[in-house]
Amino acid sequence: MCGIVGLLVKTPALRDRLGELMLPMLIGMSERGPESAGLAVFTEPLSGTARKYSIYSGARASSGWDEFEQSARHDLGDAVRLDINANHAVLETTAEPHVVKEWLCHRHAQYHLLSVGKSIDLYKDTGSPREVADRYGFAELSGSHVVGHTRMATETAVTPARAHPFTAGEDFCLVHNGSLSNPYSVRRKLEPLGIAFETDNDTEAACRFLEWRMREGDDLETSLRKGFDELDGFYTFLMGTRDELALVRDAFACKPAIVAENDDYVAISSEFRSLAKLPDVKNAQLFEPKPEEIYVWRK
Amino acid sequence: MAQVTFDLARQPLRELNQYLHQRAGERDLHVRVLNPDGAHSIAAGVDAAMDIDIEGHAGYYAGGMNQHARLTVHGNAGPGVAENMMSGRMHVKGFASVAAGASGNGGLLVIDGDASLRCGISMKGIDIVVAGSVGDFAAFMAQAGVLVVGGDAGDALGDSIYEAVIYVRGRIKSLGADAHEEDMTPRDYEVLGALLDSAGHRYDPRHFRRVASMRTLYHWNADANQEY
Amino acid sequence: MGYAEDEPRSAQESWGYDRAIIDYIHRAAAHGLYEIRGLGAKRKLPHFDDLLFLAASLSRYPLEGYRERCETKTVLGTRHAKKPIELAIPITIAGMSFGSLSARVKEALGRAATEVGTSTTTGDGGMTAEERRSSKTLVYQCLPSRYGFNPDDVRKADAIEIVIGQGAKPGGGGMLLGQKINPRVARMRILPEGVDQRSACRHPDWTGPDDLVMKIQELREITDWEKPIYVKIGATRTFNDVKLAAIAGADVIVVDGMQGGTAATQTVFIEHVGVPTLAALRGAVEALEDLKLRGTVQLVVSGGIRTGADVAKALAMGADAVSIGQGMLMALGCNSDTYMQNGELHSALSDYGKLGTAPGYCHHCHTGGCPVGITTQDEVLEQRLDPAVAARRVKNYLKTLTMELTTIARACGKQNVHHLEREDLVALTVESAAMAGVPLAGTDWIPGRER
Repeated sequence: MCGIVGLLVKTPALRDRLGELMLPMLIGMSERGPESAGLAVFTEPLSGTARKYSIYSGARASSGWDEFEQSARHDLGDAVRLDINANHAVLETTAEPHVVKEWLCHRHAQYHLLSVGKSIDLYKDTGSPREVADRYGFAELSGSHVVGHTRMATETAVTPARAHPFTAGEDFCLVHNGSLSNPYSVRRKLEPLGIAFETDNDTEAACRFLEWRMREGDDLETSLRKGFDELDGFYTFLMGTRDELALVRDAFACKPAIVAENDDYVAISSEFRSLAKLPDVKNAQLFEPKPEEIYVWRK
Repeated sequence: MAQVTFDLARQPLRELNQYLHQRAGERDLHVRVLNPDGAHSIAAGVDAAMDIDIEGHAGYYAGGMNQHARLTVHGNAGPGVAENMMSGRMHVKGFASVAAGASGNGGLLVIDGDASLRCGISMKGIDIVVAGSVGDFAAFMAQAGVLVVGGDAGDALGDSIYEAVIYVRGRIKSLGADAHEEDMTPRDYEVLGALLDSAGHRYDPRHFRRVASMRTLYHWNADANQEY
Repeated sequence: MGYAEDEPRSAQESWGYDRAIIDYIHRAAAHGLYEIRGLGAKRKLPHFDDLLFLAASLSRYPLEGYRERCETKTVLGTRHAKKPIELAIPITIAGMSFGSLSARVKEALGRAATEVGTSTTTGDGGMTAEERRSSKTLVYQCLPSRYGFNPDDVRKADAIEIVIGQGAKPGGGGMLLGQKINPRVARMRILPEGVDQRSACRHPDWTGPDDLVMKIQELREITDWEKPIYVKIGATRTFNDVKLAAIAGADVIVVDGMQGGTAATQTVFIEHVGVPTLAALRGAVEALEDLKLRGTVQLVVSGGIRTGADVAKALAMGADAVSIGQGMLMALGCNSDTYMQNGELHSALSDYGKLGTAPGYCHHCHTGGCPVGITTQDEVLEQRLDPAVAARRVKNYLKTLTMELTTIARACGKQNVHHLEREDLVALTVESAAMAGVPLAGTDWIPGRER
């Protein structure tokens, strides 16, 4: 069980303040999710064939980043960039994703790949939301939109890998408040189809289901609609793609969600109290998403 | 009338609620709560005929288990507004989230906007008047009381309803198990009219329809094809 | 081969299709409805009987009975409440509704608890005046149905117990058949008289541990942070549930294993849903240890606690207290062949017969026709229980349990029953060793654990 937050700024001038605006939203959900936190921010997309890879080095801050960087230059080409932040780094390279993934898997198996894309940077770790936010400097982040999450583990362990967001493909992430009742069946259906799972977490099952449907050619909305029949349980899902935020609740809508929208931004949270400090929220349009309706906001 | 103001931006919720609880039985008191900002359990457990104005949006359980007090939320209310209210009045000027008036035993809950799913779930005598629409599962397992819906009702209206009665003015997406429409009687118009007046909602009672229990689920019956 | 005269021709009963299953299928074919009954799981399960104590030896020294003190005082709800629950013994009386039980029974239980210095618990029907008057320490349940739940009683209670589920039917709501919905019960629950009542299985205004945080806070705010908030869970994924309840803010967690009783529910629920108390208790203790909350959040276990030995073993495994439901009913006379009325002993045999059962086999609480006047609302049957006599019986039972508990504790060298620990136990079977996390007797093997 958890807290979810999302923010998309419509006014370009607010992009530099994205992290600053989102931070109190995330911290405001600490009671719902005291044990782990994470977010995915979507920045200005890289040009050409370059992509970004968010990489997690493990529970302790890694001193091995220098070797990692040298290894990357050597194996992936000189044009790599590595932005290091405690036990997290963003690797920029023009090498193809499958090449990078294989390289990581074979040469640096102890590092965990969090996300791939032209726009997405993803951070997640165990710790209170405040601790995680301070560790990675969430307040300083900038971008067009962000998806965040605070975790209270229900059935699976509290580990960094089981924190949200989960990602699939490129420039896609998902956070979840709720509990699926058939996650293992979903996993058993998808694994033989070549969809790889990292954890036993129910949210990952939902993410992989969407990954599968999108791999088969469904757009996000169609994939979510198929999810109404195949994913059982209670959920509010918030997703981010390169250009959009998407939000959906199951038919029972037992897990909360509220949206605040004005000309400057769209803000989403599990509870209004974490939106209360947003600028001019008094004049924002406030509403609660209806069950089984898919809401999409483009940047 | 004595006036007291609390500012939740500067004072802890506990101070407000304890103050209110210490005033049990008092009347002639007007309390304003500033900067609620979605805080939960504002004015929960009040037992006094005082007036309370919550000046902004409330979180979960505003006015929970209220007795006698007249509360107004000048904004929206989160899940479970006026849950288990025994008497008194709660008025939400904006919209109400899920489970509005859940298990309410008495008093009047007025919602000027819409109410989300499960409005009046398990109601036990409370009267709820919604000017707007209600979401799915309104009046689920409603035992007693009246739910008035000025707008539309969602799916499964009145599912497993006992003796509560629902008046709906707009469209009903679907009726729940054991719920059906019945003819309005003069008594219905009287009751409905009085509730609309109390709520301050200017609707014509003659535009409403009555939904109540068929009472076929009252006893287990092998032939009734019941889902138990 | 010679058959005896009265033996059936084919003398081999099927194990899978034995008489019980054949009866079940015949009844299903006749009625088209599941069987509903009372009490708890009747099937044999790994239980406390499979555990034994290692008492005094050359390395451990016993205490003298009577002369050397063995403390039984128990405090529940120390985490946040201004007024924790102080009990003289670590044995409480579990939640059972007025409605499933008569008002006299609730009063008798209250009187006995008060005399002995422990608590009773309301049930899925609200607080009766008799119970509040007679019980010095009363835990008030907040259930999915919210029948009778009101703030005046919240303020009168000594603790509030948010019930998520019970061992007999985790995931199921309460059930009370029409014959027990008499005018008083109907009034308290705000239901039509005689209706077959079915309670909700989920709380109306919250779902999930993240929202439970707010519900617990609301109840704390309403009671000005004075009273402990308990959370009661039917045993399923107990390790996870206890962690979540603790994280959500519970002061006391009550875990009810599948042996726990009910007055009425579907038999399939009772026998096939939930896990044994032994396994649940181990998971619950591990959860609190994992969070480093042992001693801060207290644990009460129920579901098949019958004897002083059960109590001692539960405490040794890490419970702070136990709660007893069915045992209390039996102390009152459930399944007894006689009852006491107007100072005279009467036979109840024919009334058991009318229900189609006999003493020792009866589980017909749901009918309201309890031959000894316990689980009934019938005005005639109610008279078969005298609250004063009944209270004395329950008191005697509680005292016996406590004496057995302290006898065992003293033999293990403990000056305080809460000093019993899991290393004082060994197991007789592989299943109980694995479930309880206790080594098989004579070995240091705990199945399923690395050594």
